[in-house]
Amino acid sequence: MSQPQPRTASSVADCRADFPILEQCISGAPLVYLDSAASAQQPAAVIDAVARYQREDHANVHRGVHTLSHRATEAYEGARDKLRDFINAASRREIVFTSGTTESINLVAQSYCRPRIGAGDKILITHLEHHANIVPWQILCEQTGAELLVAPIDDAGQVELDALLAMMTDDVFILAISHVSNALGTISPIADIIATAKERGIPVLVDGAQGVPHLAIDVRALDCDFYAFSGHKMFGPTGTGVLYGRESLLDAMPPYQGGGDMILEVSFEATVYNELPYKFEAGTPNISGCVGLGAAVDYLQSVGMQRIADYEHELHDYMVAELKAIDGIRLIGQATEKASVQSFLLDDIHSHDLGTILDHQGVAIRTGHHCAMPVMQHFGISGTARASLALYNNEDDVNRLTEAVLKAKQVFA
Amino acid sequence: MTNEVEAAQQELIDDFSLFDDWMDRYQYLIDLGRRLPEFPESLRTEENRIRGCQSQVWFVAEEKEGRLEFRAISDAAIVSGLIAVLLRLYSGRYPQDIIDTPPDFVKALQLESHLSPTRSNGLSSMLTAIRGFAAEALQAA
Repeated sequence: MSQPQPRTASSVADCRADFPILEQCISGAPLVYLDSAASAQQPAAVIDAVARYQREDHANVHRGVHTLSHRATEAYEGARDKLRDFINAASRREIVFTSGTTESINLVAQSYCRPRIGAGDKILITHLEHHANIVPWQILCEQTGAELLVAPIDDAGQVELDALLAMMTDDVFILAISHVSNALGTISPIADIIATAKERGIPVLVDGAQGVPHLAIDVRALDCDFYAFSGHKMFGPTGTGVLYGRESLLDAMPPYQGGGDMILEVSFEATVYNELPYKFEAGTPNISGCVGLGAAVDYLQSVGMQRIADYEHELHDYMVAELKAIDGIRLIGQATEKASVQSFLLDDIHSHDLGTILDHQGVAIRTGHHCAMPVMQHFGISGTARASLALYNNEDDVNRLTEAVLKAKQVFA
Repeated sequence: MTNEVEAAQQELIDDFSLFDDWMDRYQYLIDLGRRLPEFPESLRTEENRIRGCQSQVWFVAEEKEGRLEFRAISDAAIVSGLIAVLLRLYSGRYPQDIIDTPPDFVKALQLESHLSPTRSNGLSSMLTAIRGFAAEALQAA
């Protein structure tokens, strides 16, 4: 049997045609979507997979003896197998479906950490984190008396490694760190960081929401204990996500929520919990969403994650160079290793004003604090304009962005 | 009979009808914002801040001889322009006139996209605040 031909790097740009939503005009101009870091668009393959499932296969999973229930279960569990393969987890038991990165992190905070920690224990994060990797730990600290430690960042927007390593002391119960910063695009050297944490016996959770869409992920090579990510950032449906957890850790954790599907036997005297990963999937899951997420994995693998990373890297460098050339621009976040995102400010224009004027030219960017207020505080600003790239963007999009920014400059002159 | 708010609204709509290009409309809005009267630092308090805006907005109301006077400012230019429009329509008016006049200018000036609370740029919150002040003044009277 002949293998499907992988696309060449130069043809990754052709992916644009796979995304129906991009074929529209906004304010009379063809849409330029540069907000994939907030939510990525879905290829027709994902949209169709969800629709087909809804039209032909839907029923509840794991329960029925009838044909549709079998089909639904197969589709749902098939998606789990795809996700396992996608991040190279050792077992499908390590793939817990959640509603997204936020729930994945909360699950670890409440189910792994909460029963085991108390006053005197420390939780280590960095100054780069998204609120989803800050607030669950703050809640945990309030509940248990543990203390939150925050590793500093430098003015390029990179975690200060020496400081982080120095903060990894015996009393640190867990390190929670983002793979890629959503606000600045900084790729943190998590493999090295995890290696040091392992030496010191500190478990590591990686917030991979912005890592998964742009980089090939191998959780076994990384040797992390938890890797959390969202479906909608990787071209899948919203309300889907994954918590990868090392099996030995997941096994030892109590359930996060109680309900149907997460039990083997219920009586009023004693309830026996289901095996992994179902112990953590109480209630009817987002079946159609997970089917779509599985289709997104198929799609990404048909293009090839390494090709996507290479293509985006080139496009990112082009975008940064083009933005840099604009008089009055201030780039926020200039890490050596970055993925697909550039935050910036123009003259003294409020980022919200800039976003409004760009929208009128059909260019969609994100403005504001990007759910990373501490990052903004580090730079002494209230927000930025942020352009983020995905595999469907191309040089034309970047050119339209710079033209739109120049026009905004005129409007506010 | 046309009330003062209605008259001011019609005038505003006529002014903006001169522009057929969105850029000109925005430039005019931004110019209006730049000409807003000085807003004292002492009034930029948490209490006077309108929440739920991506940009910062401070808003105060005062009653003088039966009329409501508003002062406001934002750190964003377009929002400041929206404030200028709101002050032109509603500041120095009778509360009853404010309540009685539907904000037709939003549609006429093609500012609908600014009205959705999810755009969180404050037009919606500011309109709610103005009408709230007017309702309060009427109740107190």
